[in-house]
Amino acid sequence: MDGLLVLEDGTTFRGKGFGAAATHVGELVFNTSMTGYQGILTDPSYCGQVINMTYPLIGNYGVSEVDNQSEKIHAFGFVTRDISFRPSNRMSVMSISEWLAQQGVPGVYNVDTRQITKKIRTAGTIPCVISTEGISREEALGLLANATLRVDYMRDVGTRELRIYENNGPRIAVLDFGIKRNILTGLTDRGCEVYLFPYGATADDVLAVQPDGLFLSNGPGDPEACTAGVETTRALIAMAAAGKITLPIFGICMGHQVIGLAAGGVTYKLKFGHRGANHGVLDLETDRSAITSQNHSFAVAAESVAKGGFLVTHVNLNDGTVEGMRHTELPIFSVQYHPEGSPGPNDSQYLFDRFVSMVGKGGGPNA
Amino acid sequence: MPKREGLHKVLMIGSGPIIIGQAAEFDYAGTQACKAIREEGIECVLVNSNPATIMTDEGIADKVYMEPLTEEALEAIIAREKPQGLLAGFGGQTGLNLAMELDEKGILAKYGVALLGVNKDSIRRAEDREEFKVLMKEIDEPIPDSVIAHGMDECRAFVEKVGYPVIIRPAYTLGGTGGGIATNDEELDTLVTSGIENSAIGQILLEESVAGWKEIEYEVMRDAKDNCITVCGMENFDPVGVHTGDSIVVAPIQTLRDYEYQMLRDAALKIIRSLDIEGGCNVQFALDPDTSHYIVIEVNPRVSRSSALASKAAGYPIAKLAAKIALGYSLDELKNYVTGETSACFEPTLDYCVVKFPKWPFDKFKTASRKLGTQMKATGEVMSISRTFESALLKAITSLEIKREGLRVPYIMQLGDEELVRKIEERDDERIFAIAEALRRGIDPGRQDAAPTMMDKLYDLTKVDRWFLGKLYRIVKMEKTLAEARGVLSRDLIYEAEEIGFTDNEILALSGAGRDVLTDIRVYNEIYPVYKVVDTCGGEFEALTPYYYSCFDAEDESRISDAEKILIVGSGPIRIGQGIEFDYCCVRGVWAIKELGYEAVIINNNPETVSTDFDTSDKLYFEALHVDDVMNVIKKERPLGVILQFGGQTSLNLAEDLDRRGIRILGTSFASIDLAEDRQKTTDFLRTLGIDTPPGVSVTTREAAFAAVKELGYPLVVRPSYVIGGRAMQVVYSDKELLEYLSEAVSLSDEHPVLIDKYIFGKEIEVDAISDGEDILIPGIMEHVERTGVHSGDSISVYPPHTAPAGVCDILIEYTEKITRGLGVVGLVNIQYAWDGEKVWVIEVNPRASRTVPIISKVTGVPMVKLAVASMLGHRLADSAYGTGLYKKMALTAVKVPVFSGAKLTEVDMSLGPEMKSTGEVLGVDVSYEKACYKGFLASGVHIPTGDGEGLYVRLKDPDKNEDSLAVVRAYVDEGFTLYSHGGTRGFLENNGFAPVHEADAEQMKQLVADGVVTCLLDVPNVANDPTTDSFEVRRYATERRLPVLTCVDTAAAFLMALRMKKAGAEAAYRTLEEYTRM
Repeated sequence: MDGLLVLEDGTTFRGKGFGAAATHVGELVFNTSMTGYQGILTDPSYCGQVINMTYPLIGNYGVSEVDNQSEKIHAFGFVTRDISFRPSNRMSVMSISEWLAQQGVPGVYNVDTRQITKKIRTAGTIPCVISTEGISREEALGLLANATLRVDYMRDVGTRELRIYENNGPRIAVLDFGIKRNILTGLTDRGCEVYLFPYGATADDVLAVQPDGLFLSNGPGDPEACTAGVETTRALIAMAAAGKITLPIFGICMGHQVIGLAAGGVTYKLKFGHRGANHGVLDLETDRSAITSQNHSFAVAAESVAKGGFLVTHVNLNDGTVEGMRHTELPIFSVQYHPEGSPGPNDSQYLFDRFVSMVGKGGGPNA
Repeated sequence: MPKREGLHKVLMIGSGPIIIGQAAEFDYAGTQACKAIREEGIECVLVNSNPATIMTDEGIADKVYMEPLTEEALEAIIAREKPQGLLAGFGGQTGLNLAMELDEKGILAKYGVALLGVNKDSIRRAEDREEFKVLMKEIDEPIPDSVIAHGMDECRAFVEKVGYPVIIRPAYTLGGTGGGIATNDEELDTLVTSGIENSAIGQILLEESVAGWKEIEYEVMRDAKDNCITVCGMENFDPVGVHTGDSIVVAPIQTLRDYEYQMLRDAALKIIRSLDIEGGCNVQFALDPDTSHYIVIEVNPRVSRSSALASKAAGYPIAKLAAKIALGYSLDELKNYVTGETSACFEPTLDYCVVKFPKWPFDKFKTASRKLGTQMKATGEVMSISRTFESALLKAITSLEIKREGLRVPYIMQLGDEELVRKIEERDDERIFAIAEALRRGIDPGRQDAAPTMMDKLYDLTKVDRWFLGKLYRIVKMEKTLAEARGVLSRDLIYEAEEIGFTDNEILALSGAGRDVLTDIRVYNEIYPVYKVVDTCGGEFEALTPYYYSCFDAEDESRISDAEKILIVGSGPIRIGQGIEFDYCCVRGVWAIKELGYEAVIINNNPETVSTDFDTSDKLYFEALHVDDVMNVIKKERPLGVILQFGGQTSLNLAEDLDRRGIRILGTSFASIDLAEDRQKTTDFLRTLGIDTPPGVSVTTREAAFAAVKELGYPLVVRPSYVIGGRAMQVVYSDKELLEYLSEAVSLSDEHPVLIDKYIFGKEIEVDAISDGEDILIPGIMEHVERTGVHSGDSISVYPPHTAPAGVCDILIEYTEKITRGLGVVGLVNIQYAWDGEKVWVIEVNPRASRTVPIISKVTGVPMVKLAVASMLGHRLADSAYGTGLYKKMALTAVKVPVFSGAKLTEVDMSLGPEMKSTGEVLGVDVSYEKACYKGFLASGVHIPTGDGEGLYVRLKDPDKNEDSLAVVRAYVDEGFTLYSHGGTRGFLENNGFAPVHEADAEQMKQLVADGVVTCLLDVPNVANDPTTDSFEVRRYATERRLPVLTCVDTAAAFLMALRMKKAGAEAAYRTLEEYTRM
């Protein structure tokens, strides 16, 4: 099977194909994690994207039944330097190629993934076609010319209906923009009862379940397209600010951006985003650093959130972008990175503890 | 300015001589640390007894004390220098142990010196088995069931509880000295005894074995703010059971799911935090592949061999950052040196695969046990980088210089199935080749993709992860594909084979195709490697570092500048006979090239060294030193010329191949090199100059050998042609010995002639010179303490000559000038002479850098390598500040004393002979020969007895039963020694007036040594290295107990001086090298 990757500007990479025989149009991004491809591919935040892995040897430990971050692969395509057809790990149930085939996702290997990474580094994230169906470069360019890339997948990838995870602890309402399984686990493991709301849930919907806290999840796309999420969050923050309700809020990734927008701030698209498990983040309040897992194209503009009462608490040590903020008075905080890891370091798991203890103090009905 | 207040001067302890388990990596770490300290405007004072290092050279530390690494010396230096801080984490186990001693004795407190980076509690908690166990329990990290023992009874009781196998690990040792895995009572006895003896505190850890689990390591860093990162995770190809220094190691970790990776990372961070280390630390884990349970095996609270490897593998200079952290900086305040922009507080991500392969000394020690276990045996290592594991592995094998370029080893391929399985079970240095052969045989022609039964069987046999086995299988499959090509190559086949890492020679040998066909296809299709950058970030950010590796991929990232370039070929892995001194020469060469305005490009593959630090040269290519790889770099860089004379025999051996390809070799030409390297040509050439060389012949049959004996007479020096470090060289005194040598030591054939030379009995004197083609400069001459017949690398040597008359030196100068001019040497040359009391003979001419270049450079202050480079580039010596002829004699005396890793290599005889056995050296420097000699012995770590009430064992070979030897023995008796001897020697001593001479046969001797009665041995063997003899056993027994085993009468005479100095309680003075050279 031949593998083809054609970029919007015509740059073409030819390699071998693996996984499904399929052709997809998506946004080409790179990820620098050396482990955790299964969690990456099933992270709903990658919906609409073709992922180029910088680490060349992928699939070494196969695919397990326990490492998915959602029910399926959300990425539109996968690009690697080399893959293992003969994985080795006690948890492996199939090879990555078999898995991609099963899920209808095309993969391309035997291409210069470092060259592709550098291309993205200079050109920015870029629309591309990935195909394992033997289409020509011209056909691929034709597809690109006619394609419109969606930026609102957060409306689709989360739960379609309210789902309840019963538990003994505080009740957390979650706005699901495409939540990763390990974030849910981060809450339920700490005893939280989770009400998982589909996209479009209003402030009234949320308050109707009498939550002790609100969590805003990660998700794909441009936060500005997450209009319902921003609206709901704005309304709830306003009520909290007015003293009408007590509702600690915690947001991760898109959740963080949604809070930023709800606070009247601005988000913008980074040239090629942050995707990896090795970014250093400095906590300005404690002067301590942590290594974080990241996956985002957009960022909150630092100066834009101050008027909404927010303070930047975390910055990226490489480029100084905002990695976290908190409200100066209300129990609201958020991070751009992924404290749940999966894949990536567990260094920031304490943030879940912080949220749960905040919620506990909130004194809601289930506290 | 540093965050820590009041730090103006810092003392750093180096690691001393190179021994197995503590090698060049500490020169790299120390050099980086010195630079990092000085960058902060802090004065750096260094103490290190190893003269071959870069760190002890001018320009690295502010002050260098080349003094013994003893508590006494350190206290004197501390009193003199009054530093505010001590950096002990960069000198290996030696540095840590010494720092602990200084602390315990209250010396640090007395002078107000702060221990930087590590504190004594961290060291103790990490190194003391009991405390470590307690700490791990406290923080809930799993460790194997174990017991701390000081005696046999505790060990037996433990085994009754957990059963065999058990692992024995001595506390406070280097490279696992004295440890091992016991599977029965007998092995337990042996290992426990040697373990307790090897431990500095007589303590061992006995633990349940997790042999067969995956071995995983993390390099972790932490700063004073408690920020922690892991720099690199590494996975061993060999499961737990083989010392990590003897394992093939791969970076990054390959076979762990993210969950397992993070689980171990979390544990590593938790451990460094619990130890409160500010700097670097190495944590080793064992992971059960069947359950994902893990245990913590070991923690090294300092930079290590692994951290050097991780630094090179990840492009993250651990030692440099550890030094900055020790000075008070936090990770978030520091920059990533590779990108220059991004933060040092991140975790490097690799977009390539790194393989480290150990280099073992078994080619030199033919009697040594090749079996690998928990005691490290490798002297060095190579590293290779590629985009696939297969290619990285094959490149590493090529880099080893073991005459192999793939996984095919003819004799292993000829073993029967059962023998092959036994070979695999044996777990020796060749196991990977045996596994490959098993995979080769397991290939089912009907199933191209899998050989599941074979794979499972091999996994059960080796516990090498199936992923690695699968990769070996892919290589073996390519061998088959090439063989099936039957001489018909295609572009795709060549490309695929190259991508997997096959060399041209392998492709040709397997496919049977002609070289011209391969070349034509290659040129037409442009099948050449491209070069990629090691950048710490997988291409996410732009990198500034000129650190490259080759691979077969689309984009070439090596940017070629307009500057004129000079390529230096490095010296590869550290091995006996070719050590760190050649890396010293390469690094000095790089500096000189830069100073002279050229771009310096280096190619090398040793991850431990300074030369492969990415900020040493203008451009670093991390490659095998195979002619194909060197040519690819040359093709890419188009240098003005190539320097081959600094990388030892490794680079010099490339001269012919490069010359034939029309590459300009800077300095001495290939024709001249050949003239000096080919014995017959050398002899003829010297004859034309009227200079004598020992008469000799080259023979290809036994008959010819014995015919030669008739002419030359015994004793004779015998050796194979073209050698490194006197490999398989021997002095023979009789027909019997000659016959044994010819049948056992070498395979005699037309292609492998044996050289037989008359043995000249006398003084050996070594001259290193620089020539610009017309004039020469001899910075200094060194005289050997031991008579001819002892390899120059193993002899004690003295600057300036201490007994040779001035007249002899005049002859040496004259000869050196004649030879150098006659040969057309440009650059460095090393000539070894023998003086038999009447005449001067030339023993050897080496048209390259030598072991003594760094020593002579340091003691005379003449920058030899720099002058050599300048000469190669057309500068005249006469115009330099150092002039021509013999350089002025300094007012100091320097004594080089070799250091052996005897305790590590069991079954190896450490007796002196023409074959080199030492792994490193120290230099004793003082104003007089006696004092320098004393310091040299002290620095070498040998126990110096005083004689009073102690026993000296004497055993002399027949040629040594003479008046000279008697005089030496008499002097020992005068110091109070009682004599012990046996057989002929005992009779000889008694007949010459010694009484009493106590009887001591081999068994009695062992007891006497064990009881501490005999403390010194003068044992000159008739036949060395024969493990079946009693005397071998006695020497081994004493060596392992670190007693002085003097195997040459001359060494005994020199040792006597040290002994007398010690006895006299002479107060030593410690000065910087500069103070000595200015005297």
